[in-house]
Amino acid sequence: MTADDSGPASAPVTSWRGEAAAALRAVVPAAVSMVPFALLIGFLARQNGLSTAEALLMSAMVFAGSAQFVALDLWTWPVPVASLALTAFIINARHILMGAAVMPHIAGWRARQAYPALFFLADEIWALSMARAGAAPLRLSYYAALAAPFYLTWVTMTTLGHLMGAAIRDPARFGFDFAFTAIFLVILSALWRGKGTLWPWLASAATAVTVWYLVAGPWYILAGGVAGAAVGALQGVRDDGG
Amino acid sequence: MAVDPMVLAAITAMAGATYFTRIAGFWLVRRVRLRGPLAGALAAMPGSILVALIAPTVLTTGPAESGAALVTVLLAWRLPPLIAIVGGVASVVALRALIG
Repeated sequence: MTADDSGPASAPVTSWRGEAAAALRAVVPAAVSMVPFALLIGFLARQNGLSTAEALLMSAMVFAGSAQFVALDLWTWPVPVASLALTAFIINARHILMGAAVMPHIAGWRARQAYPALFFLADEIWALSMARAGAAPLRLSYYAALAAPFYLTWVTMTTLGHLMGAAIRDPARFGFDFAFTAIFLVILSALWRGKGTLWPWLASAATAVTVWYLVAGPWYILAGGVAGAAVGALQGVRDDGG
Repeated sequence: MAVDPMVLAAITAMAGATYFTRIAGFWLVRRVRLRGPLAGALAAMPGSILVALIAPTVLTTGPAESGAALVTVLLAWRLPPLIAIVGGVASVVALRALIG
């Protein structure tokens, strides 16, 4: 036995400190970009008559920006519990695909690690995890260091937005509305694997835009993801056939 | 600082629905063997979902957003992520001011 207590399973090159530092660097742009939206959600919660504690609880328990945004848009008194839950499900249905896509990279985690970790599978955490998984094995320490600062920023900034109230500005003023598009574009560039990548992406873009025009709501995300996956399945058949 | 029971019920229900979506795909795919078409589908999914998320913004909002998206991708090709993101946001502000 040596004094090194990192255990036999840990790879020689990556300490959990190194993993955490890399994750923190990766998550900063997403966490910063999220702040104006978190403030806005807190402000909307206040406008709809939610208390500070309720705004904090919603962010801490639901942790899903777009679902919270739509829920506050639909909010009435008495509270329509069932339709808010259904709305949250529909808006977040894309996470079913995301959870499936991340599975092969966290299959080695214990169930008691994976299931709590998946609570934090917001779009940005998922996308940054997939970007990491393309370059190195996705470790729990990396994932945790992505999720923790992002989650804490979300909860504190929505609460702060509730407290600040009318001082909140429209995020589009400073181009913050484009920040997530920019982040996802950068992650997409990292996921590019040559021409084979192109066809699923084209199918997804065409389907998403078509559905976005035709159907109200967030269905375009699911539709695009499924269309891209279908093209990927065809590519998988071809690869399998040799 | 009170928490209304109905508000708590709504938040809990939303939280449950959200958590279900986050574990369902993992739970399901864990139970099947990943080969052939299913492996292909899963491999194509991350990029496809990201493309679907941004496609309406990038392709239909206007020339400022489409142009800024192009700038972001070109920056990301050679430069660190943070510079590409900041450059993308800066270019959307500039392009909106220039061409609306």
